[in-house]
Amino acid sequence: MNAPFEGIGASVRRKEDLRFISGRGNYTDDINRPGQLHAVIKRSDRPHARIVSIDTAAAKASPGVVAVFTGADLAGIGGLPCGWQIHSKDGSPMVEPKHPVLAEGKVRHVGDPIAVVIADTKQQARDAAEKLDIVLDDLPAVALVTDAVKPGAALVHDEAAGNQCYDWHLGDKEGMEAAFAKAAKVVTLDLVNNRLIPNAMEPRCALGDYDQYSGDYTLYTTSQNPHVIRLLMGAFVLGIPEHRLRVVAPDVGGGFGSKIYHYAEEAIVTWAAGQLKRPVKWTADRTESFMSDAHGRDHVSTAQMALDAEGNFLALKVHTLCNMGAYLSTFAPAVPTYLYATLLAGTYKTPVIYVEVKAVFTNTVPVDAYRGAGRPEATFLLERLVDTICHDTGADPVAIRRRNFIPRDAFPYQTPVALQYDSGDYFATLEAAMKAADWNGFPSRRAAAKAVGKLRGIGMSTYLEACGIAPSKVVGSLGARAGLYEVANVRVHPTGSVTVFTGTHSHGQGHETTMAQLVTDQLGVPFSQVDIVHGDTSKIPFGMGTYGSRSLAVGGSAMVKAMDKIITKGKKIAAHLLEASVDDIEFKDGKFTVAGTDKSKTLSEIALTAYVPHNYPIEEIEPGLDETAFYDPANFTFPGGCHICEVEIDPETGVTRIVQFVAVDDVGRVVNPMIVEGQVQGGVAQGIGQALLESAVYDANAQLLSGSMMDYTMPRADDLPNFSVATENTMCTHNPLGSKGCGEVGAIGSPPAVINAVVNALKDYGVRHIDMPASPQKIWSIIQSGHRAAAE
Amino acid sequence: MYEFAYQKPSSLADAAAVLAADADAKALAGGQTFIPVLKQRLNHPTTVVDLGKLGLTGITVAGGTVTIGAMTTHAAVAASAEVKAAIPALAALAGGIGDNQVRNRGTIGGSLANNDPSACYPSAVLALGATIKTNKREIAADDYFQGMFTTALEPGEIITAVSFPAPGKAAYVKFKNPASRYAMVGVFVAKGPKGVRVAVTGAGQGGVFRHTAAEQALAANWSPAALENVTIPADGLNSDIHASADYRAHLIGVVTRRAVAAS
Repeated sequence: MNAPFEGIGASVRRKEDLRFISGRGNYTDDINRPGQLHAVIKRSDRPHARIVSIDTAAAKASPGVVAVFTGADLAGIGGLPCGWQIHSKDGSPMVEPKHPVLAEGKVRHVGDPIAVVIADTKQQARDAAEKLDIVLDDLPAVALVTDAVKPGAALVHDEAAGNQCYDWHLGDKEGMEAAFAKAAKVVTLDLVNNRLIPNAMEPRCALGDYDQYSGDYTLYTTSQNPHVIRLLMGAFVLGIPEHRLRVVAPDVGGGFGSKIYHYAEEAIVTWAAGQLKRPVKWTADRTESFMSDAHGRDHVSTAQMALDAEGNFLALKVHTLCNMGAYLSTFAPAVPTYLYATLLAGTYKTPVIYVEVKAVFTNTVPVDAYRGAGRPEATFLLERLVDTICHDTGADPVAIRRRNFIPRDAFPYQTPVALQYDSGDYFATLEAAMKAADWNGFPSRRAAAKAVGKLRGIGMSTYLEACGIAPSKVVGSLGARAGLYEVANVRVHPTGSVTVFTGTHSHGQGHETTMAQLVTDQLGVPFSQVDIVHGDTSKIPFGMGTYGSRSLAVGGSAMVKAMDKIITKGKKIAAHLLEASVDDIEFKDGKFTVAGTDKSKTLSEIALTAYVPHNYPIEEIEPGLDETAFYDPANFTFPGGCHICEVEIDPETGVTRIVQFVAVDDVGRVVNPMIVEGQVQGGVAQGIGQALLESAVYDANAQLLSGSMMDYTMPRADDLPNFSVATENTMCTHNPLGSKGCGEVGAIGSPPAVINAVVNALKDYGVRHIDMPASPQKIWSIIQSGHRAAAE
Repeated sequence: MYEFAYQKPSSLADAAAVLAADADAKALAGGQTFIPVLKQRLNHPTTVVDLGKLGLTGITVAGGTVTIGAMTTHAAVAASAEVKAAIPALAALAGGIGDNQVRNRGTIGGSLANNDPSACYPSAVLALGATIKTNKREIAADDYFQGMFTTALEPGEIITAVSFPAPGKAAYVKFKNPASRYAMVGVFVAKGPKGVRVAVTGAGQGGVFRHTAAEQALAANWSPAALENVTIPADGLNSDIHASADYRAHLIGVVTRRAVAAS
């Protein structure tokens, strides 16, 4: 019987799903330590206020309470660090106010932590937290970036004049102005990228433990990158040396970016465990998640395209205000700059681009990367602008895209905004998507819908994104305070099974399956004999974690490098055993063979020899078959593709139904097609959520109105269509797998396709643009004003 | 939640006595609103009196009247062949409340005692002219609803059953709040022994209300066309991030027409 194919390209079922779907996962909140205490965080219900006094006496006297800490108690420890420094146009560094672990002097957003109550039970901690007597003196507050930059706006930080964090730019301003001066046509679009609340299924949780006899700290936390947390918290916040601090991120129930960052609660429970010499656990409830997990997006932009008479893009000018929230989250400054402005060439050969980005503080939850991070904002702006050009000039959306696409033979292609694309074929993904969606047959479907009183629209997005942010040297020069390599340790055990210790982290993506397939493919070890270990700094080498669709492209490449070392060493051992020259040893399907002969040794035999080196070239090589490789990519990877959305709008209610969604993505080499399809479906679901449903709403006083599932519209199954998902791949040219990444393409490509379809459906009402989410109420209002305009 | 005492009495008299004696004791029916409220510490009862052992479940149909025990779940109403035959609109309404989990725990009595302004059942009770039966008396629907989260129930008064006269025509159409999936505008239309009645839930600041202009138009001509020129003022309607009062007023028109068309 032949073994089933389980290498690269096989839709192997996810090995982690058995424990997930049977409720046997091991999440942070499932972990309990002897003597564990429970922490409840008292958070601000005011958007901006001076802390006049905090009386903790009644809370401390409450039954079961072990300790109450406020900002004053933690004043000796560092603030939460920011991992990326941006410099403004004038060369000055961004304004980087202290982000205290517990509020010091002022609270700056609803949800800002003021105090922590630690008790024997969570119930007791909750009871005591209600007995804290906190006097706040309200200050004026501001939530919207457009308000925050107005003269006289409430100041979030005294040191940030005009609430400005930085005023940054990229591109060729003079060239842009020259191109605009000679343009036949300039099309301008003002647009908003709506603020989102990530809402991973598993709320954040942190459990700090301290062994007073060894001095070792352990933090169990819901993180996408335990080593990053260890470095940030150990070195910058608590001053715990790294060999005394272990960070464990066990099973994690979704992250989408929101679990990249170092959060205050992690530092609180770790510090408190040291103070109290007992484990301390904190688990967010959903309400806390809404007001304390980093939010996403929140841009207000003006985009202008200069065109010649034929519709060629001559120059793009963009001005963006982006909301940082009240403090700088870990990677927040990078998102609207190096993950946004650099993507504004998109799939087009626009020769000149100039972008200005102003980052602004407001009295809102900090904003940071959320699935796609900057790239959805760039894609939405660009793809809406292209369709608006069609609206204003009468151009055909397909023809104008084809006219301006980067040609197939132009790769590697240097954009005017720093990136160099290695590969892509935007014509191929466009054509495949149009065929799958029957784009050309749309007019008859529109007519059929109209006959039954429905407004049908179709829209596309031909997007590009950048994954696997790298190389370290370049990102360092751009302000990153971290390296962006990845690491893998491949350990072949004496009997030939394999454990891989990866620096990436899986929080739903299926790495335990995909990465095992890489080993099966490269080393010929059966899938069932491979285990992937991640998420524990005491086990894995120092890796950077998972975000930005980097795990396969960067982490998988590190694995390939490590496996290459295994093969190289194995060949030497095999040459010794087979009494042949190393150059004559070939490795294939798990066997080392002397070329042209039937003399061979299996990987298992070689491994046993390596660990039982009785007959071994010990003068030449060390025992063991255990190799580590660090991989620092030469470049980003550049997935892209075409998403097509078809909608039907009920003009009486304004309700939009998605009747068709086609995604054809170029993600490079696909290891597990089923997992890729799942990633794309999930990403598209989030993109549809942003386009039609989701919105974090603050009122004028910076109170969060959409603070629960009663008001924040998460997409549900019945909001979504059946997806038609396919890939049309070109290979990444600079990593050994050719893989580009698939985790974010869905969330990046889909929102403009949806909105382009909605605007197309409403074209008879004179609609030029609609901001997200295109809610029923918003569409109804547009239809009403369209009726009024028609009547006048 | 806060700590509280828990009792599960086996007689209605015992349950009523506990509730009557202590203003801070609260009755627990299906708990689909009450438990989340407790978890958020928005209510601090001294005692929770679980009504689950009082024998208040069951559906009977007799003489053109459907009587549903107060502790009957939405799922049971939705699945009941008798209700489907006598008042299909009521079975459909019950089958559209919340999700499976809610429908298998939530009860008609709990929904009516709570009188959430976005709940579905109040519209059926009001439009069908149902009667609320309690341990003390019978209350006509028109007297029962007294504003959002407010009813004619007195302290210690427990709903035991609700009886609905079967109508000739009826339908319920709900426009869901996109986030909560509660009724943003829900309209129950009925033409039956109690006349032509149209009840609107989800939209009014004071909870469920009768849409008298629509009732008059439909009394003359039971058809969607009769409603073409019927409007409702936005004054008194709810306004929130999902729907302004104007939009709700518009939706009441659309949803009422669709309900009549579906009846």
